[in-house]
Amino acid sequence: MTTRQHDSSVYERIEGEEGFQELRRRFRSWAFPMTAAFLAWYLLYVVLSGWARDFMSVKLVGHVNVALLLGLLQFVSTFWIAWAYSRYAERRLDPLADEIRHEAEKETA
Amino acid sequence: MSQQTLSTVLFLIFVAATLGITLWASRNTKDATDFYAGGRSFSGVQNGLAIGGDYMSAASFLGIAGIIALSGYDGFLYSIGFLVAWLVALLLVAELMRNSGKFTMADVLAFRMSPRPVRTAAGVSTITVSIFYLLAQMVGAGALVGLLLGVTSPTGKALTIVGVGLLMIVYVVVGGMKGTTWVQIVKAVLLMGGAALITLLVLGKYGFNLSSLLGEAAAKSGKGEQFLIPGLKYGTAAQGIAGKIDLISLGLALVLGTAGLPHILIRFYTVPTAKEARKSVLWGIGIIGVFYLLTLVLGFGAAALVGGQTIAAQDKAGNTAAPQLAKAIGDAIFGSVGGTILLAIIAAVAFATILAVVAGLTLASSSSFAHDLYAHVFKRGDVTEREEVTVARISAFVIGAVAIGLGILAQGQNVAFLVALAFAIAASANLPAILYSLFWRRFNTAGAVSAIYGGLLSALILVIFSPVVSGSATSLFPDAHFAWFPLSNPGIVSIPLGFLAGFLGARLSKEYNPAKYAEIEVRSLTGIGAEKAVQH
Repeated sequence: MTTRQHDSSVYERIEGEEGFQELRRRFRSWAFPMTAAFLAWYLLYVVLSGWARDFMSVKLVGHVNVALLLGLLQFVSTFWIAWAYSRYAERRLDPLADEIRHEAEKETA
Repeated sequence: MSQQTLSTVLFLIFVAATLGITLWASRNTKDATDFYAGGRSFSGVQNGLAIGGDYMSAASFLGIAGIIALSGYDGFLYSIGFLVAWLVALLLVAELMRNSGKFTMADVLAFRMSPRPVRTAAGVSTITVSIFYLLAQMVGAGALVGLLLGVTSPTGKALTIVGVGLLMIVYVVVGGMKGTTWVQIVKAVLLMGGAALITLLVLGKYGFNLSSLLGEAAAKSGKGEQFLIPGLKYGTAAQGIAGKIDLISLGLALVLGTAGLPHILIRFYTVPTAKEARKSVLWGIGIIGVFYLLTLVLGFGAAALVGGQTIAAQDKAGNTAAPQLAKAIGDAIFGSVGGTILLAIIAAVAFATILAVVAGLTLASSSSFAHDLYAHVFKRGDVTEREEVTVARISAFVIGAVAIGLGILAQGQNVAFLVALAFAIAASANLPAILYSLFWRRFNTAGAVSAIYGGLLSALILVIFSPVVSGSATSLFPDAHFAWFPLSNPGIVSIPLGFLAGFLGARLSKEYNPAKYAEIEVRSLTGIGAEKAVQH
C-alpha cells in the first residue's frame, strides 16, 4: 500500500467538522439539483419526441425544424453543464477539499 | 489495388502499430496497479481520448449513422441519450469513485459492506454486462467483414471473429490497462479523423448549408418530411402506445446506463487524481459530443448521396451506410480511385473501433473476475499481487475464448439488442448500488446485494419475455411465442425496480456502519487516502 491508513475515528471527526460540512453542502447543492434538471430536460425532449410530433415538425429555417433544434440544444446544454461544473468545482470545491486534505495529511505525517 | 486489399493493409498497419505499443506498455506493466489501472499515470487528456475510444463502439459509429440513414431523426435521438448520460458520470460518479476505489466497481460498493456477498454480486453483474456487450461487438465484427472485405462464407466470418478475439486477448493479456488504453487513444484519433474528413466532404458538397442537406436526405429517403422528425423507428404509429413507452424506456436506459458500465468506470482509475478524472470526463464529453454531431451529417449524408434503398439492399440495419457514403462522396469528388481509398480508410477505422472496444470489455471483466471473485471471494484476500495479476491474465484468455465461441455460434443472429440490454442492466443493477453507496448513510450489505440482483434479474427476465426474444419476425426466436412483456427495452420497469430493491433491502436489514460511511464520504469528496499514481 502506498497510502497511509487512517483509523476510522479520524474520518468521523473530519466529517463532523464545519469545513467538511460546508464542502458537502456546496457539492450536493450544485450536483443534485443540476442532475434533476438535466434529467428532466432530457425526459421532456424524449416525451416530446413520442407525443408531440406536430410540434416537432414545425419548420424554423429551411428544412431545420423544432426537432432538430431541440436535439442540438441537448448538445448545447450538455456542453454548458459540463463546463459550468468544472468552473464551479475549481472555484468552490477544490480549494476547500485541498485544505481539508492537507490538514489531515499534516496531522498524520 | 482493390479496396479490400487496401482496407486490409491499412488495418494491418493499425494492428502492427498497436501491438508495438502493447509490447512497449508491457515492459512497464509490473504490478497490479499497472495491469488494472495503467499505473494511474495517464493524463486527463489521454484518458479523455481513451474514454472516447472505449465508448464509441461500432454500434454507435456504424449503427447510429445507419439508423439515421434509414430512419432519419430517430438515430439522432439515440445518440443524444448516449451523450447526456455522461453528465451523470461527471457530476455524481467519476471523481468520487476515483477517490474511494482502487481497481474495480466493486471496490466502491464493498467499501463499507460485508465484502464477499457484495463483491460476488458486483462481479456477476460486471461480467454479465461486459459479456453481453462483447458478444454484440463480436457478432458485429463477423457481419462487418462480410460486407466490407467481401468475406461471405461462414468459415471466413468465423475466422474473422477468431482473429479479432485473439488480437483483443493479446492486447489485454500482454499490455493490461496500459496497452488497452493506448489502443483506445489511437482508435479515437483515427475515428474522429475519419468521421471529420467525410463530414467535411459531405458538408462541402452542400455548400455548408445544413438545410439543403436535410432537404435532399428527406427527398431521397422516400419518406419526405417524416424523415426529419421522430417516429420512423421508435414509437411508430403502428406500434401505438407501447412503442412510445418503449422509446422512453430506451431513453432512460441510455441516459442512466453509462455511469454503471464497468468498462467505463475502471477508466476513472487510470489517472493520478480526482481532478484529472474530472478533466478526462470533460474531454470525453467534448469528443463524444462532437462525434455524434459528425454522425448526424454522416447519416443524413448517406441518405442523400447513397439513398435508403441502396443502403438497405447491402445491410437491412444500415450498418454499412457510413462506408457506402465514404465511397459515394469519394467517387463524386475525387473519382473512383478516391472513392476506393476513402472506403478503405473507413472500413479499416471500423475494425480499429471494434478492437478497441472489445479490449476494454475483456479487461473490465477479467479484472473483476481476478480482483473481486478470485482474490476477495474465493481466496478471502489471502493472495499475492503477482498471483492476482496472473489470474487476471488467464481469465482474459478464457473470457476471450468464450466470446469467440459465442460469437461464432451467434453468427447471423440479430443480437443488436444486447447493447441496449447491457445499458439497461448497468442502469438497473449497478447505478443504484453505486449511488446509494456514495450518498446514503443508511445503505448496507443487504441493500447492495438486493439492488444488484434485483436490477439484473428484472432486466434479464423482462427481456427474455419481450418481443426481442420471441413472437415477432425480427425476434431472436421468431417462431416461439412467450413475449408477455410488451416493451423491447426493460429500463422503465427494471431501473425503478433496482432502486426499490436497494432501498427495501437496506431498510429491512438492521446492519449498517456509520463509521465506514463517514470514511467513504470524507475520502470521496476530499481525496484523503486516495490511491496514488505509480512512480517507475
